[in-house]
Amino acid sequence: MVQELRRLKESASQTAGPYVHIGLTPNFGGIEGVYPHDLGAQPVNEKTKGERITVKMRIVDGAGTPLKDALVESWQADAEGLYNSPSETRGTADPNFQGWGRYPSEMDTGEIVFETIKPGRVPFPDGRMMAPHISLWIVARGINLGLATRMYFSDEETANAEDPVLTRLEHQNRVSTLIARRDGGAYVFDIHLQGDKETVFFDI
Amino acid sequence: MRNVRPETGGFFQRDRTWQPPAFTPGYKTSVMRSPQRAPVSFPHTLSETTGPVFGHHILGERDNDLTLNFAKPGESAIGPRIIVYGRVLDERGAGVSNVLLEFWQANAGGRYRHKKDGYLAPLDPNFGGCGRTITDANGNYFFRTIMPGAYPWPNGINDWRPAHIHFSLFGHGFVQRLITQMYFDGDPMIWQCPIVATIPERRAIEGLIAALDMQATVPMDARAYKFDIVLRGRHSTLFENRMEGN
Repeated sequence: MVQELRRLKESASQTAGPYVHIGLTPNFGGIEGVYPHDLGAQPVNEKTKGERITVKMRIVDGAGTPLKDALVESWQADAEGLYNSPSETRGTADPNFQGWGRYPSEMDTGEIVFETIKPGRVPFPDGRMMAPHISLWIVARGINLGLATRMYFSDEETANAEDPVLTRLEHQNRVSTLIARRDGGAYVFDIHLQGDKETVFFDI
Repeated sequence: MRNVRPETGGFFQRDRTWQPPAFTPGYKTSVMRSPQRAPVSFPHTLSETTGPVFGHHILGERDNDLTLNFAKPGESAIGPRIIVYGRVLDERGAGVSNVLLEFWQANAGGRYRHKKDGYLAPLDPNFGGCGRTITDANGNYFFRTIMPGAYPWPNGINDWRPAHIHFSLFGHGFVQRLITQMYFDGDPMIWQCPIVATIPERRAIEGLIAALDMQATVPMDARAYKFDIVLRGRHSTLFENRMEGN
């Protein structure tokens, strides 16, 4: 016999279900007066430093239908590449940018549109710089465990070409599923849950 | 707290044989919404080891009392009054402080206050169904609510959800993000639910069933259920010269 490690197991995940708005974006879901506003709805204020960008996102199922009951959360560095988190030890992030956002799909169209700032670059553990990216976490009815992916930017070709995560993908023809396309003033990013265009999801 | 070293290590690998797989045909909606390719892994970077912080200042006085937070003055929600309490722990058994917990649920009749819920059971004018709190320094939390009802849902022709409360949790790193559901001690419907059955191991399901705790009950007021939740553990950074942690 040896000593026991006494580790616990992570609690099992369960789907967020169709009524996720009640808990996470109640004002959007029609329950007003409990919280003054929905958390994460406005990640940027007038003092936030950095280039304002608009992101237009859809989450599409295996039949090509946009999800109208999904919820996406974003997590990103500030314009200088610093995270607003106690685990950030390289410096102090912009106090006017929490770095986190929460966005429900529009219930009639499935569109998700939000304004944020373009993040700065953040190092990989070996010191190489990653390209600017926004981490995303997706939950919805029918998704048993929240899905993790990243959104990169089409106008960062040089940085994308040397990004340690993008370059390690075995199937390089799937890199494009992680890159938002600049279209006029907005970045357009469709997340495909399944099928030929299935987005790269991460087990991290 | 200034002399406490910040947590900077990566997180334990998630046990994907313990978590529900994406494709679970018994839960029909998962069929078209499940990725089919292997998810890609890479060492944790700052994008994974950091996460947002929510201060206690965001909380309103009634945010953790669902019996009152949507009710008219002097009134309260209908249903068996309960207290749900417990700890948020990590896989090493340590309490996790400053975790934002958000919860939502149906009313005592099994009806959600949502425009897409058309169940026959009536809305309770004094029940909204959402609440939130933040764990203390030792990972403790509690809230008051009413026991939610079971309800039918469109999957098979006669599938019912057991009584449950949805939970959303933020740990200290974005990859600890978790949504789950709490079930109630003694409910035979847990074992007939296709959503519960997405979880492969019985022990993992049992970990989502809150225990009735008569010792924590408030006499003549509310019964108590204890529900602990475990988030992913974190590698310590005791050995700082090792880049990958220990």
